[in-house]
Amino acid sequence: MNQDLGNDFVTVGNVRCDKPRMQATDVNVYYGDKHAIKNVSLDIGENEVLAMIGPSGCGKSTFLRCLNRMNDTIEICRVDGDIQLDNENIYDKETDPVLLRARVGMVFQKPNPFPKSIYDNIAYGPRIHGLAENRDKLDEIVETSLEKAGLWNEVKDRLDAPGTGLSGGQQQRLCIARTIAVSPEVILMDEPCSALDPIATAKVEELIDELRQNYTIAIVTHSMQQAARVSQRTAYFHLGNLVEVGDTEDIFTNPSHQLTEDYITGRFG
Amino acid sequence: MSDSLDNLTATTKAVHKVEHSLKRRHKAERNFKRFGLGAIILGLSFVAILFVNIVSNGYSAFMATHIALDVTFDAEYIDKNAIADGDYRKLPRNALSETFPEVSGRRDKRELYQMISSSAEYALRDMVLADPSLIGQTKRIWLLADDEIDMAVKGIFTRDVPENERVVSDQEFTWLDKLAAEGRVEKFFNWSFFTNGDSREPEQAGIGGAIVGSFYTLLVTLVLSFPIGVAAAVYLEEFAPTNKLTDIIEVNINNLAAVPSIVFGLLGLAVFINLFGLPRSAPLVGGLVLTLMTLPTIIIASRAALKSVPPSIREAALGVGASKMQMVTHHVLPLAMPGMLTGTIIGMAQALGESAPLLMIGMVAFIVNIPGGPVDPSTVLPVQVFLWSDSPERAFVERTSAAIMVLLGFLVLMNILAVVLRRRFERRW
Repeated sequence: MNQDLGNDFVTVGNVRCDKPRMQATDVNVYYGDKHAIKNVSLDIGENEVLAMIGPSGCGKSTFLRCLNRMNDTIEICRVDGDIQLDNENIYDKETDPVLLRARVGMVFQKPNPFPKSIYDNIAYGPRIHGLAENRDKLDEIVETSLEKAGLWNEVKDRLDAPGTGLSGGQQQRLCIARTIAVSPEVILMDEPCSALDPIATAKVEELIDELRQNYTIAIVTHSMQQAARVSQRTAYFHLGNLVEVGDTEDIFTNPSHQLTEDYITGRFG
Repeated sequence: MSDSLDNLTATTKAVHKVEHSLKRRHKAERNFKRFGLGAIILGLSFVAILFVNIVSNGYSAFMATHIALDVTFDAEYIDKNAIADGDYRKLPRNALSETFPEVSGRRDKRELYQMISSSAEYALRDMVLADPSLIGQTKRIWLLADDEIDMAVKGIFTRDVPENERVVSDQEFTWLDKLAAEGRVEKFFNWSFFTNGDSREPEQAGIGGAIVGSFYTLLVTLVLSFPIGVAAAVYLEEFAPTNKLTDIIEVNINNLAAVPSIVFGLLGLAVFINLFGLPRSAPLVGGLVLTLMTLPTIIIASRAALKSVPPSIREAALGVGASKMQMVTHHVLPLAMPGMLTGTIIGMAQALGESAPLLMIGMVAFIVNIPGGPVDPSTVLPVQVFLWSDSPERAFVERTSAAIMVLLGFLVLMNILAVVLRRRFERRW
């Protein structure tokens, strides 16, 4: 289970897909001297949910954070390779990470609403990007985002209450609403339900299913059941290598690589 | 069977051993608690001794002795067309001569006249300027007594010492007794202590000039050190790359916080006064020097406040597409502001009590006027305390302590404000 597949490993299964939103090719990530992601190529298809699974420390969160250049904030992190959003390399010198992050949103593991009111939490993104011309349009954006996140009915009469006063599940849905308020094209989710109870988890999973119709979603998850429930394609990472990619049903019923099978059947991880 | 008996014995033995050690451990704990309590009591008692000493010396300065005299605003000395030029010195002297007609001879008369403060004539002039109808009238006016009479009335100068070792003579005591018997001696609240500037005469000396000087100095310090300190902290914490240069800057800032304050005074003298030609003794220069002194404190406190903002909030802001500048100004700064304010208030409180650097730039001069702005020569409260503590007159002892009380009052207020702010904003997320 600790076997390192090496830098020349070729992923099992088809990394490419028909209508890709984002395409990663030969991505290598280094934390100082540590080689964290080894030659990973992967497509994320339009309006699909791609689940990334694997044992702790396998690099799935690192890879996810490359997709919206959040790894730029870590000084010792170095990213090599090509990642394209709509045929433009996001690591190009001319690409503005601020614009990129408006198009590729992120939901984090621990809900992190701003210490402001619920309204201001949602309105912050549209405000700084100038997405609303006046207060009415802003109200509209806030209402739509909260509705899409399934939170509107619960908070519509207390929009001025602090966002941090909500329950854990509500906070995470608030964060999802905040992400979709800037109308991104891709939503990245880094273990969004790991801090939530089962009922809140179910609500968020329902939400992900609905969001799929309008957005492209990549989700990192520790729970294989969640990956099976929520995603159409699944990618299995192991110690920095992308071991296998395929349709979710195939991966979970008939995995090709031995490591994938061992992980899924619970022999480790 | 014997197995379980063995186990039982082993357990009992262990319990005995533990019991035996318990006594020693409880005793050690009691001693430790007593030691801590004793340390606190020792520290607090020194503070109490300090306060009691200062207050007992200083509280009497807040009352000033006045003597009531029947003053005739004689038209012979005051021309109603040139009121300000009248010979007001004669008025209290005449009043005193009338009260004590038996006093004759130049020396005795001079001793009598010296019982009233030399500022009385100006007080009378101001009264006539305000109300010219006083000319020709006789009124009973409360006039400020001289500082030596003030000390006698307050019981600091007593009669038990032989006359040639005293400042106040037997004659003066007799006059004082007569005035007191007629109800003409009274102590009023010493407002002029807060409104007057410095003076050679103790009864006229006040901390008004020092308070205004301190105010302007602190104002300049605050206006300069807060923005510079916050900006430096934000740069070092959020934008500076991790390299040797940043390390050197950090080490130097921490060292600056330990530099003796008088060195900053020398710097101020050499650079601000000699090189830039700024006015000597001005709060502007004092403020510049104190800014240099408090900057390290503010920078270090601000950096700690910035570090305490959780990275999850920064990531959330970046994730929504905020630029680094927007993340810092919209999210990190507002959350770090309470800590920064607390550090600034503490830095200001330190600056208020500083005297060594200000001595070097000349704020130790004898300045009688209340400064009108930051470029007028002035002094500050701690320096005023230092100057008065050097003066020979006995009345300055109580005034020095009173000035210390006022200074301590301001410091306590500022520190309470810092604590209240810190408590109120402690956990907002």
